[in-house]
Amino acid sequence: MKRSMACIICPRGCALEIDLENLTVTGNTCPRGEDYARQEVTCPMRTLTTALRVANRENAMVSVKTAAPIPREKLMDAMEVLKALPVNAPITLGQVLLENLYGAQVVATSNVESGHT
Amino acid sequence: MEKHDVVVIGAGPAGLSAAAAAYDAGAHVLLLDRESAPGGILRQCIHPGFGLHTLGQELTGPEYGAHYAREAENRGIPLYRNATVIGLTPERLVTVQSPEGLRQIQAGAVVLAMGCRERSRGALGIPGTRPAGVYTAGTAQKLINCMGFLPGKRVVILGSGDIGLIMARRMTLEGAKVEAVCEIMPYPGGLTRNIVQCLEDFGIPLYLSTTVEEIHGKERVEGVTLVEVDGQRRPIPATRRFAACDTLLLSVGLIPENELSRQAGVPLDNITGGPLVDSRCQTRVPGIFACGNVLQVHDLVDYVTQEGERAGKAAAAFALGKSRRKETLPVEPGEGIRYVVPQSLTPGQELVLSFRVSKPCGAVVYRVRAGEQVLRQVRRPRAVPGEMERIPLSRELTAHVREPIRIEMEVAK
Repeated sequence: MKRSMACIICPRGCALEIDLENLTVTGNTCPRGEDYARQEVTCPMRTLTTALRVANRENAMVSVKTAAPIPREKLMDAMEVLKALPVNAPITLGQVLLENLYGAQVVATSNVESGHT
Repeated sequence: MEKHDVVVIGAGPAGLSAAAAAYDAGAHVLLLDRESAPGGILRQCIHPGFGLHTLGQELTGPEYGAHYAREAENRGIPLYRNATVIGLTPERLVTVQSPEGLRQIQAGAVVLAMGCRERSRGALGIPGTRPAGVYTAGTAQKLINCMGFLPGKRVVILGSGDIGLIMARRMTLEGAKVEAVCEIMPYPGGLTRNIVQCLEDFGIPLYLSTTVEEIHGKERVEGVTLVEVDGQRRPIPATRRFAACDTLLLSVGLIPENELSRQAGVPLDNITGGPLVDSRCQTRVPGIFACGNVLQVHDLVDYVTQEGERAGKAAAAFALGKSRRKETLPVEPGEGIRYVVPQSLTPGQELVLSFRVSKPCGAVVYRVRAGEQVLRQVRRPRAVPGEMERIPLSRELTAHVREPIRIEMEVAK
């Protein structure tokens, strides 16, 4: 059995084909495509990005990402965890806001100053 | 009067890299932005996928913007925030409105980096009522990512460009139900990777050759009429169906924002909507340069950065009196090519031709010709209008060109 898929690692979007028995990959133009196809048929992984409300600042949001991909099937659960995560300014880009979300750190991707209040 | 060698209008990715490049070329530079912080549209593009080409890593929009904002800041380039340029003359007199009041600045050279804005419902002329709940995708993006406000719970998205696809995922993650993404063309507008990770991952249907024929609802959107279209994009009445929703997002194209350019008498290209430029990003008005989405709508920010660098460097050379006006030759789109930027070149200068094809094809060959002579020939495995193509031409290649340059596409055998 073979499965076809479009590689999503970069904007090139190679058309991959993977043999589900021996996991050989064809159609990739770089090694990352091969890894992606194998991962995709075993446990698809995605980087999650979202924005969180900053508790101690009025109308301020901080954008965040998982520092590594997490299982695709956990994306909605991860959103619930993040929505309940209290974050407070000041926040600096790269700051770890949560140590472990389905195996990945959650880091800020923007700066939020502490404000004047 | 306040004077600067180079004044850059807009501190998004194009303006930031133009400013840094102009500074590095020895110019005194001023950055102007109407927002309170630099970064432009990147501030609301919180998804990953930026920087693979220029920085060799995959960053989110805010991270990519912050990188180049730091580059400008480290050079000590002043940035006037909340500063809207409301006037520009061919003599490069810049009128700026800001909380400090109105002021005029004389620029040795100007870099236009104002970006683009979204086509709206008015530009499409969708019939129906005018209820609340119709947003451009970028507006919804700003509401959700920067203001923490979810603009709807049950959504139909018109247009399958990347912003529309990204917003389908974003709204789903935030708890909204995205009923459908509709695309009037028979092929999707966005990158394949976004079809996969924004739609397929969440089971969101994509209807091709389908558009929104009517918007329903009095106070708030209550639904839309979807209809399939034929090869000439005419609605097929028998395929009409009602889709209940409270929100319609429009992702139907971007328009370079050239009001200031027009004021300064800068001639524009009818197809790109951006200024006509030479191989140094100079418009037809000497001393006024353009880069980024105000020049042509890009798919990848990395190329915006590179274009900004070229414009900034050339603007500095102009302002410091180091560039001479040289003869240029026209650059024209040929068979299968919708447009090409720049629209003229100076022999002996290196440049990058950026262009889009008119319609999707399989494998193709691009030929860059000067009259009968083929300067470069490039094969590509596929060609789609949604992906800008780029072909660099070296100094040596353009050195002896005496005839207009034409780029054409041929389906590969």
